[in-house]
Amino acid sequence: MTVVSSGPAILVEGLTKSFGEVRALRGIDLSVPRGTVLGVLGPNGAGKTTAVRILTTLLRPDGGRALVEGVDVVRQPAVVRRSIGLSGQSAAIQEELTGRENLEIVGRLYHLSWPKARSRAAELLEQFGLSDAANRPAKTFSGGMQRRLDLAASLVGQPKVLFLDEPTTGLDPRARLGMWEIIRSLVAGGTTLLLTTQYLDEADELADEIVVIDHGQVIAAGTAEELKGRIGGDVLEFTVPDRDRVADAAEAIARIGEGEPHVDKETGVINVGVGGRGSDALIEAVRGLDGAGVQTQGLALRRPSLDDVFMALTGHVAEEDGPPDERKRGRKPRGGDSKTARTAS
Amino acid sequence: MTAAAPAATGTPVTPAGPSLLTQAHWAFIDTLTITRRNLLVWMRVPAYIMFTVIQPVMFVLLFRYVFGGAIPVPGIKGGYVNFLLPGIIGQTAAFATFGTAIALAQELQKGVIDRLKSMPMARSAVLAGRLVADTARMFVTIVIVIGVGYAVGFRFENGAGLAVAMVVLATVFGLAICCIAAFTGLAIGDEESVQAFGLVWLFPLTFLSSAFVPIATMPGWLQAFANNQPVTFVIDAMRAMALGGPIEANLWKSIAWLAGIFIVFAPLAVRAYKRAA
Repeated sequence: MTVVSSGPAILVEGLTKSFGEVRALRGIDLSVPRGTVLGVLGPNGAGKTTAVRILTTLLRPDGGRALVEGVDVVRQPAVVRRSIGLSGQSAAIQEELTGRENLEIVGRLYHLSWPKARSRAAELLEQFGLSDAANRPAKTFSGGMQRRLDLAASLVGQPKVLFLDEPTTGLDPRARLGMWEIIRSLVAGGTTLLLTTQYLDEADELADEIVVIDHGQVIAAGTAEELKGRIGGDVLEFTVPDRDRVADAAEAIARIGEGEPHVDKETGVINVGVGGRGSDALIEAVRGLDGAGVQTQGLALRRPSLDDVFMALTGHVAEEDGPPDERKRGRKPRGGDSKTARTAS
Repeated sequence: MTAAAPAATGTPVTPAGPSLLTQAHWAFIDTLTITRRNLLVWMRVPAYIMFTVIQPVMFVLLFRYVFGGAIPVPGIKGGYVNFLLPGIIGQTAAFATFGTAIALAQELQKGVIDRLKSMPMARSAVLAGRLVADTARMFVTIVIVIGVGYAVGFRFENGAGLAVAMVVLATVFGLAICCIAAFTGLAIGDEESVQAFGLVWLFPLTFLSSAFVPIATMPGWLQAFANNQPVTFVIDAMRAMALGGPIEANLWKSIAWLAGIFIVFAPLAVRAYKRAA
């Protein structure tokens, strides 16, 4: 594959966009080297989708500029469209048509001849494990299969730069893992990928670099390891049923954490970053709490979540500004994050 | 950094800066592809077939045999069934556009339009393909209604040429309403609201016209509306083409109205498509 321009696959400088009073993007800068994966991490309403829509020529920015493969998305959108693929938050497929028909029609719209459109469809169905279901209407597919079909459709034109907007939102944990596997294989093939997600573990699994967006601004950037370092690795969390003892419990574990424990007096939930000392910290916490005579529930060690990242970076919980229906969808697949929940006092 | 466009590296895309002729060629091909897709979808959904085929047939039978006996149509050769058929055809063509609005709203909601807009295809093809497919669908419905009409006693009384002209007028009328429907579907963008809104304007417009009953039987204030609205002009012109009588006055008024609808709503639909998010 020859490359003419040698700059980054995606370059964004000072990008701004407002919708009436709402300032969705307040000056975003991004640079994604070719063949790498950028994870854009942020809560609903942070501006992730707006950025993707501008980069895929669906929306005009108010200010700043955005280049994809060296081509300005505002000045030459038609050229940009030839090198990109987009898979959005919902499956943009025609449910009444079969998986095969969906892909063949997309192939035709990419101006492939009928035989080429057919062979490309067959190839992608095979690659995405959809061959057996290829001749069934897409509405009979599971959620995970529909998203896979949607992703396959975005690849029909063999894009150099792929945009995946929350590719696993709403999927169950198993379908999510399947999706990750497919995305990894794409990246191994040299595709540049910009991926938005609400889940730190997803960005961690897939991205080379991560930028964290909040309220339309980049508030942190770095590798997953660097970001985790800022949070302090794993998080120890438990609930104190007796609200009067919350302060005692916080004191009892104050020494084992890295940084101050975060205490929610309303719910009695306490959490603290414990770095890489996972199980040691867990044992120390049990001892400490036992020594102080505090009853706890659900003492567990878990991987840092987006909320922890936000807590560490901004000092506030990730606010969910998105529309209510989006919020509901966004919450679903978070369950699988807890590593252990065995210990209890 | 250099703004040089990357060379097409064996990717299945058209070369940079295609000529107008090439663009027109692809716009045509893309429109065909979208048309084909839309017709395939239509054939796969029993409810859509029900809506486009069975419902108009039921309307014909219902009006012919249930209401027909109670509706005198003085001066109409062949009686109520002849009066009815052009009206049913006009109403059917107008109602077929529900499908247009609903389909576009669905595609918007599901992100299908985003996907298509991010692809290097002709942008005009999505709307054009929708209109072509829906017009084809409408045409099929009209032919079926005429067939059923013949089975229950309807006859063209004015020659084959004018019979064809009537079908053409009905189809152009349906296409004009399609433009309005495309605009509302894209502008409202929510399936249920689109459906509700369609009922609110299409029902009064078709029923408060000369489609099913002679306007002279309506109360005076209603006559004032029914006599001066476009659906009446179109259906009266169609009726005259099918059965005989003066055509010209109503035909010119129809053409003026339909032209007006195209001039206003075709650009509005295109704008709504471009803005659709």
